[in-house]
Amino acid sequence: MLNQSKAAEIFERIRKHSTADEVEVLFSGGKSALTRFANNIIHQNVAEENYVVSVRTAFGGRTARSTTNKLDDESLKRVVQSSEKLAKVQHPDPDLLPIPKAGEGAGSAPAIPTRHFAETAAITPAERAETVEKIVSIAEKHKLTTAGIVSTAETIEAVFNSRGLGDWHSQTSSEISITMLAADSSGWQKANSPNVANLNPAGLAETAARKAFESASPREIPAGKYTVILEPAAVLDIVGFMFFDFGGLSILDQRSFLNNRVETKLFGANIDISDDVAHPLQSGAPFDGEGVRREKVQLVENGVIKRLVYARATAEKMMRSEHKDKVGPIAPTGHGFPLPNEMGEAPMNIVFGASPQATSVEQMIASTERGVLVTRLWYIREVDPYEKILTGMTRDGTFLVEDGKIRHGVRNFRFNQSLIQMLSNVESMGTPVRASGEESFDMVVPAMKVLDFNFTEVTKF
Amino acid sequence: MKDISSWALNIATQRGASYADARVADDRSRALSTKNGKVGGASDSESFGIGIRVIADGAWGFAASDDLSRSAVEATAARAVDIARASARVKQHDIKLAPEKPVTAEWTTPFQIDPFTISVEQNIDLLLQIDSELRSVAGVTLAETNMNFRREEQWFVSSEDANIHQTKYTTGVGYAAYAFAGSEIQKRSYPNSYGGQWQNKGYELIGELKLLENARRVGEEAVALLKADQCPEGAFNIILDGSQLGLQIHESVGHPIELDRVLGMEANFAGTSFLTFDKLRTLRYGSDLVNVVADARQEHGPGLGTFAFDEEGVPAQCTPIISNGLFTGYLSSRETAHTIGMNRSGGTLRAESWNRLPIIRMTNVSILPSEQPLSREQLIADTDGVYMETNKSWSIDDKRYNFQFSCEMGWELKNGKRTRMLKNPSYSGITTEFWNAMDAICSRDEWVVWGTPHCGKGQPQQVMGTGHGAAPARFRNIKVGSAYKGT
Repeated sequence: MLNQSKAAEIFERIRKHSTADEVEVLFSGGKSALTRFANNIIHQNVAEENYVVSVRTAFGGRTARSTTNKLDDESLKRVVQSSEKLAKVQHPDPDLLPIPKAGEGAGSAPAIPTRHFAETAAITPAERAETVEKIVSIAEKHKLTTAGIVSTAETIEAVFNSRGLGDWHSQTSSEISITMLAADSSGWQKANSPNVANLNPAGLAETAARKAFESASPREIPAGKYTVILEPAAVLDIVGFMFFDFGGLSILDQRSFLNNRVETKLFGANIDISDDVAHPLQSGAPFDGEGVRREKVQLVENGVIKRLVYARATAEKMMRSEHKDKVGPIAPTGHGFPLPNEMGEAPMNIVFGASPQATSVEQMIASTERGVLVTRLWYIREVDPYEKILTGMTRDGTFLVEDGKIRHGVRNFRFNQSLIQMLSNVESMGTPVRASGEESFDMVVPAMKVLDFNFTEVTKF
Repeated sequence: MKDISSWALNIATQRGASYADARVADDRSRALSTKNGKVGGASDSESFGIGIRVIADGAWGFAASDDLSRSAVEATAARAVDIARASARVKQHDIKLAPEKPVTAEWTTPFQIDPFTISVEQNIDLLLQIDSELRSVAGVTLAETNMNFRREEQWFVSSEDANIHQTKYTTGVGYAAYAFAGSEIQKRSYPNSYGGQWQNKGYELIGELKLLENARRVGEEAVALLKADQCPEGAFNIILDGSQLGLQIHESVGHPIELDRVLGMEANFAGTSFLTFDKLRTLRYGSDLVNVVADARQEHGPGLGTFAFDEEGVPAQCTPIISNGLFTGYLSSRETAHTIGMNRSGGTLRAESWNRLPIIRMTNVSILPSEQPLSREQLIADTDGVYMETNKSWSIDDKRYNFQFSCEMGWELKNGKRTRMLKNPSYSGITTEFWNAMDAICSRDEWVVWGTPHCGKGQPQQVMGTGHGAAPARFRNIKVGSAYKGT
């Protein structure tokens, strides 16, 4: 396992090899393992160890990056030379800033809780197989077939630069995802945490199994506008499509749905969203692609778009732009991607605000005269970038709710839904939880009851 | 590299593996991009390592490492065996592989110009010229270009004595113009959206695509779309351009024929398939004009699914998938071939790199062109309906029945003529109903092997390039416009 002192030593070697005005080195990688099961057996089972060193050099407004996973001295020398060669042929970029000094950038970055757990790092293949055995035994008890994963990892992220900045983050992660399949229906659950002790494989398996047998013999109901109850993973996967638009550069590039909409009320008054890497349910490193510490940023408050996030260069550029008086506070927030890049920045540690009247999914069902309960969404894509119309499918547990009760499973729907309208039509929300899906990054989000959700077609199952 | 692989195979077999293979891979890539007159990204990367796959106690194990020292390779092989033994705790049957004659072979993508020999300055100058041409059109608010090269060198050695050295070259290039005004963002891309055109070729691809010559038109179309009429909703005859048809094949033919999906191995992530075994050689997948093959051979063309051997040493093959409309074949591997009564793999096991387990992937899944001469303009001249070009969004359910695609630009066709530009065209349907509605496809002159460079599948997820030969084709009475219905 690459450690902090070894990384610092590699950085010094790289620095000696470089003739550039400035050098920045990113480290990433680690050990990961994933046990995959289907048809009630383990069918794939993998482990990997890999570390990547990424060198950015800069010569007076010109910069480029070169990356390798070979850590011997000759390879490090070559990667530095490659980066320098690429940088030297660039056209000077007047917007390129000097690399940051330690402490430069975001002003009030909070400390994060520890995200490294020795017992998670020490999980063996046999222990992962034991967890799969438990899940399979629950599937067999219910006469179902199961598929999914049990994975663990121990990873590092680090940044060092020639102006004295050095930051290091190591953490563990663990994840379980379970699909239970019946003859004509299925159910799904997924959870992850830096600490494997926080995962409950039996609980996840039982819930997925219940969804599978309760949605058996799904009936077709017509497409149309329905009240929907979106479980947290479904909320996560759909709202994830808007957060790249909260980067300052996306406003400057005029590709954001927030162009001309910052400081306006775009969503319902019950929507509060922040980016907060230090939140106890969040994960990841407390610094960005340049090593700037991540600040907590209130993105949406009472439905009003309050702030954007900024890499250092984007903040400077925004201050000089025609947009500067229409986008709220402008300052580096520690959300930049590694340079050079075209996307600028994005908030990746999303936390939805808790509703003072948090409502459980069961309470949402009980208060619904007619609606659809959605476990999971799938294959979501953007149809219209400014109205933020998204299309996608329901999957693995879709139910008709009538008169306050789940009645039966229904065939899966295709939706075409404006995200702006959806977040304006949230009738009630649950307590935000750490959720994980497949279409977006993990977030802390609540379940939501949404009015007039637009299903446009029904599929065959 | 043979020594390194031998260390792995020796330890694996000493520890009791009944089968082992090792892939040492050395990947190199370059990515260049521009945005609004400036270089957006300039990066080189390389990745080197070994992936060791074993069967022990009748179950699979796989371990990979970036450390190719003897001690690390041997430890990685031992880890793969330990993992396989853990897998064996939850098994029902022992893994059995379809027989394959081991070969010793060398192969390299045929190319005229090694893309890594072209100077970065020359490439950036070309991209900036394109960028300038795009932004010379009043109303273009964002211009983006990209150019990508990859060289993948791999040594595959197995305990059955296979010894294969392959080197693949990939070139990709594309650009897009955006126009933002009022409450609308429109976009046009060339030669395709989401990164352009990608093929297993050398730098010669860059010259073949007439990049600079098309830039102004693309910029003008992006701006014109802002004032175009909204594509109407209803049932229409539609013509899809070749790039869109390529993606339609990828999503509604390529994925459902993957045998691992059919067998439930992807049920938790990528999904399953409506193509259950009872449908093989009985399902009318499409009209009589629909002929689809999965062809990894060089003679099929420079697709991203072209190679000499797959990642378990099986030679590239051509498998008929749909023959005159009848469903005739799946994509298979040595482990899965027996499930469809085959005694040999179809040769479609592929891995993103050394650190990923090979899984069943599309090769070049292509629709064959008409044998009768038919140009795109002749097809348009024979059609009332909507012509759609260049994908904008795509979505399909997890069994691959219901799909919805939208395109960047449409044209209303009346009396065989393009009568007005249409913005936000979309269409949707059910896979087999759609393919049965195809009543014309253009001939070889219009047929291009399109690249889909970023196909995601597997856990941990692997991104793979696939190829799709396609020509413009017509479909009768298709549902159009539901993407905007009720929104």
